[in-house]
Amino acid sequence: MNGIDIGALADIPVQGARVVKTVFGCVAIFRTADDQIFALDDRCPHKGGPLSEGIVHGTQVTCPLHNWVFDMATGIAQGADDRRINTYPVRVDAGRIMLDAAQLLRRSAA
Amino acid sequence: MAQKLVVIGAGMASGRVLEKLFEAAPDAFEVTLFNGEARGNYNRIMLSPVLSGDKTYEDIVTHDDEWYAANNVTCRFGEHITKIDRERKVVISKSGETPYDTLLIATGSAPFIIPVSGKDLPGVVTYRDLEDTNAMIAAAKPGAKAVVIGGGLLGLEAAAGMQLRGMEVTVIHIMGHLMERQLDPAAGYLLQKALEARGITIHCKGATKAILGHGKVEAVALEDGTVYGADIVCMAVGIRPEVRIATDAHLDIGRGITVNDQMQTSDPAIYAVGECVEHNKQLFGLVAPLYDQANVVAASLLGRADAFRPVQTATKLKVTGCDLFSAGDFADGAGREDIVFRDPSRGIYKRLVILESRLIGAVLYGDTADGNWFFGLIKDATDIAEMRDTLIFGPAFQGGAKLDPMAAVAALPLDAEICGCNGVCKGKIVDAVIGGANTLDLVRAETKASSSCGTCTGLVEQVMAVTLGDAFVLPTSAPMCKCTEHTHEDVRRLIKASGLKSIPAVMQELGWKSPGGCHSCRPALNYYLLADWPLDYKDDRQSRFVNERNHANIQKDGTYSVVPRMWGGVTTPGELRAIADAADKYNVPMVKVTGGQRIDLLGVKKVDLPLMWADLNAAGMVSGHAYSKGLRTVKTCVGTEFCRFGTQDSTGLGIKLEKLLWGSWSPAKVKLGVSGCPRNCAEATCKDVGVVCVDSGYEISVAGAAGMDVRETEFLCKVATEAEVMEITAAFVQLYRENARYLHRIYKWVGCVGLDWCRAQVVDDLANRRALYDRFMISQSVYQSDPWAEHATTDNRPKWDALADLTLEAAE
Repeated sequence: MNGIDIGALADIPVQGARVVKTVFGCVAIFRTADDQIFALDDRCPHKGGPLSEGIVHGTQVTCPLHNWVFDMATGIAQGADDRRINTYPVRVDAGRIMLDAAQLLRRSAA
Repeated sequence: MAQKLVVIGAGMASGRVLEKLFEAAPDAFEVTLFNGEARGNYNRIMLSPVLSGDKTYEDIVTHDDEWYAANNVTCRFGEHITKIDRERKVVISKSGETPYDTLLIATGSAPFIIPVSGKDLPGVVTYRDLEDTNAMIAAAKPGAKAVVIGGGLLGLEAAAGMQLRGMEVTVIHIMGHLMERQLDPAAGYLLQKALEARGITIHCKGATKAILGHGKVEAVALEDGTVYGADIVCMAVGIRPEVRIATDAHLDIGRGITVNDQMQTSDPAIYAVGECVEHNKQLFGLVAPLYDQANVVAASLLGRADAFRPVQTATKLKVTGCDLFSAGDFADGAGREDIVFRDPSRGIYKRLVILESRLIGAVLYGDTADGNWFFGLIKDATDIAEMRDTLIFGPAFQGGAKLDPMAAVAALPLDAEICGCNGVCKGKIVDAVIGGANTLDLVRAETKASSSCGTCTGLVEQVMAVTLGDAFVLPTSAPMCKCTEHTHEDVRRLIKASGLKSIPAVMQELGWKSPGGCHSCRPALNYYLLADWPLDYKDDRQSRFVNERNHANIQKDGTYSVVPRMWGGVTTPGELRAIADAADKYNVPMVKVTGGQRIDLLGVKKVDLPLMWADLNAAGMVSGHAYSKGLRTVKTCVGTEFCRFGTQDSTGLGIKLEKLLWGSWSPAKVKLGVSGCPRNCAEATCKDVGVVCVDSGYEISVAGAAGMDVRETEFLCKVATEAEVMEITAAFVQLYRENARYLHRIYKWVGCVGLDWCRAQVVDDLANRRALYDRFMISQSVYQSDPWAEHATTDNRPKWDALADLTLEAAE
């Protein structure tokens, strides 16, 4: 995977998130209680709430505006509405977070 | 022909040896019994009841002259052995030599005397034998003063005994809490409170410097300068094995006389038993292992194979009214887990220490009925994994295959108290149910159970369920959230009762069904924990809703609003300039005056928050907490300062209240109003707490609302001074903080518990008001700090920005 080093794992609070700015909008990078890392669009499909400001519980996050809950592994909303948000491959390598940004970079050739 | 057995010491251990010998082989031994004390074997453990007057010496004699005569024991009481001649197998006393085939040393222990000046003054006693006891009884004239040095088992029994005889007693203990070898600090504290309540003065961390007096003891001086007057001083700081005679005879000695499993010393003809021995590097002071030793000695003397194996021992304090039990090992250690039950209002504390599914220690205070059952589990190393959830409730709750709380309630006796607020026992609820009260409301109306603080509601419902059987439909007392079956009230109660001090601990111990909870329970748990354990619990920022985590209100577009605190709604030209400058500098789209007399800067980008805060901090402003479940605003009118109708300084009082309360977290937001006269320009009578000033003082009313529900406040009390307003308000807010369900505003909570109950707690009961106020201030010592200042530091600012910016990177 084409990983870009976007920062240290330690820069993200446990059960919290930080965002990465891209030309397509912000991507939220989440860290769970057991140090799993997920990357999702930082935009709730409901009213555009910043998911990075939501409460992280288990491998789920709750949107801070109206409490929609998303599974961070799949990006699928839980409950009645099953809309889905984009997820991005991300991994931790020697304490650094590597984000696969292939879809997120400005396409100079395009 | 009978063997010659000489016994040195007529204590409880050697007494038991003789009993066993005579029982098994009445004529096998010709016994000579020496004793330093001029009497035979009595039950030394019962000296405390003799001291307190519950028993006499005659009551506690174990072996009387008749018994010794019947067993042909040659008694040499009051005669000390001065030497053992092992080569010639004789013991030497003042009346000459006595030959032996076998010798049994049972010299017991000697009290430890701390080497301070004055230790030899008349009136300084130890607490070992009848002479000591009689000396204390003789000194016990009403009003006489006694000082006990040593807050261990013996010292406290001596203190309690002398106190019962009308003396003024002080206990000086060098450690931080009483009975530190048997009790953990919490139980030690409860014990101290109970002893103090009966009039005994306890001085912990007290090191004795000297015992003072001319010709007799008069006082005890401590290192810290305290001096306690004393007509008698009882030194009960510990004991050491009495080994002098064995040392002189060159037997192997460690701390005690070394014995093997057969209780034999390094000389095969000499045995030792009791407090003077050391077995496997261990000393023994309690009676149970000493009796075990005695059985082994008797068997060995009779040529039977037996071996001493020390078992766990349990301790009970024999002080009437102080039920205390401890057994096993309860020090903290790796891999050890605690189950703790506390009921402070009833003075009950129970702690079980578990290691790998085995109970290894127990400390019980206040209710020791289950002590022996726990002790059995410790001795037998029973696997308690299956009953762990209900273990602390004792054997009554372990019946049946399935351990459910219902069985626990069914097993409660009818006089078990269910509702602490109104003193309602199980029987009364059962009677009400049988009499037709088949709903919670009817039971409440009939018995008052669960009608006050409501924390016992679950228990009351369980009692109803047990009584009604299938006829009972549990009303849906909704669980806190889908992660648990427990209600908010249950969780609050269990956090306190089980001493749970972290979110993972709560989730673990209360069986949370989801890993990491959810957005609903996590903020609630975070609040309950920080409110109940202000000094122990560390606020978990990640369990807070965005507004409290970011100290600003998130808006629908993801920007934030910033509200600086304006004490009592009063500002200055300087502050207004700084606010205007900040609004300009960070392109604030809207500046608005709020309903709570503050200025709101709306539409601030997250990354600008710490910068703006730093600017506002520099102008002397702090966070207005306009986003918090906590103290928001104190709204005021101008009062006597300017208003021609004002009766008191409502503005000044509002500012004082806000400075007292700001920074505190609560179940939901708290807003106050202070009006200078009944015209009520500050709209105080729709606030959570409203103060209306009148000529003669201040009328405090509470539980107003002006949101989805609109309510006028209800009158709580009227007081004469600002100081009383402050104390009552803080106490009331603390009562709310400690008891309400998360997200319940004050009016909802008061609706549950009743205004009468609140008034009893914070108005009528002065001591309780003070205690609530003190607990509030303890919390404030941790939480009254400006979050802006914390987050606006240069170090912290980058955390408010994006982790990375990929907008400038080009794809390959």
